[in-house]
Amino acid sequence: MDSQLWIKILLIAVFVIFAVMLVLPGRGARHLAVRRIALVLVFIAAIAAIVYPEILNSIANLVGVGRGTDLLLYAMVVVLIGNIISTTRRHRQMEREVTQLARALALSEAERSDASPRKRS
Amino acid sequence: MSASLAARTWLVVPLYNESQVVSEVVAQARKTFPHIVCVDDGSSDDSANEARLGGAVVVKHPINLGQGAALRTGLDYALRQPGADFFVTFDSDGQHSVDDAMSMVKRLSKGDLDIVVGSRFLDNRTKPGFVKVVVLKMAVKFENIMTGVKLTDAHNGLRALSRHAAQVIRIDQNRMAHASEIVAEIGRNKLRYEEMPVHLVYTEYSKSKGQSVWNSVNILSDLFLK
Repeated sequence: MDSQLWIKILLIAVFVIFAVMLVLPGRGARHLAVRRIALVLVFIAAIAAIVYPEILNSIANLVGVGRGTDLLLYAMVVVLIGNIISTTRRHRQMEREVTQLARALALSEAERSDASPRKRS
Repeated sequence: MSASLAARTWLVVPLYNESQVVSEVVAQARKTFPHIVCVDDGSSDDSANEARLGGAVVVKHPINLGQGAALRTGLDYALRQPGADFFVTFDSDGQHSVDDAMSMVKRLSKGDLDIVVGSRFLDNRTKPGFVKVVVLKMAVKFENIMTGVKLTDAHNGLRALSRHAAQVIRIDQNRMAHASEIVAEIGRNKLRYEEMPVHLVYTEYSKSKGQSVWNSVNILSDLFLK
């Protein structure tokens, strides 16, 4: 149990950060930058793991995980959830923008029909 | 006196698939309030025409955006109209009373308040079901703590706003959470508020349309997730 202490701390820390990210209103630029940095890191890690598969095993042993494949699985879950959170956030942002657009359209349409004389009373 | 007050008031009515009742609701309200704007929130039925028949101005959202957005659009439209001093948000399903709306505008016209909010719990004219009472009370407790605004009925759609309040209240939540958001905005902008007892008519029609208890979970998460 204690041999797995480090991976536990690591994973819990990651999910706490995710939870904080969900509630804090992030600014667009910072969010985009974090997203891109994460993407680059994932690429580097992927290539490193392909070229030197044994690195995976030694990192796994370092943090108290038995096999490299297990570590890979954990990493995959983290990346997946991070991606879902980030996508959801962008989705909400876009929803907000669509709302503003549609409301502006509705108002300008209404103004136009106000300007033209009405047939019906 | 009250006639001129009514003429300075705009009724803002969010409208979504209420073609069965809306023309009657609008026609009824028009007997008191000459200016009514209905914001048709992308209804798939004939609500917009029905509202026009009743005598309202209709602003149409091209797609469904939710009640919060409809309220904000309606307020924006009404704010641009000359001589509009008071703004009343009013439901299109006929559960609000025009008399209540009028007394709220009268209260507002004294000039010492920014917003008057309706409450069904200040007297016992309204008879909601037991589950509804419990859920609403819990929502109220939670909001009092979160926003510092002390109201007895968090999700009452009947409100009267001054020009100032109508301008400063931001509504970002498209979905049902806008009711909580308005409460939060009262706190954030330090608006002077007061509650007034109102009577809600729970007809079979409005009950079938009303929000389910499950929606309170959605409202909570909408408020917190960015």
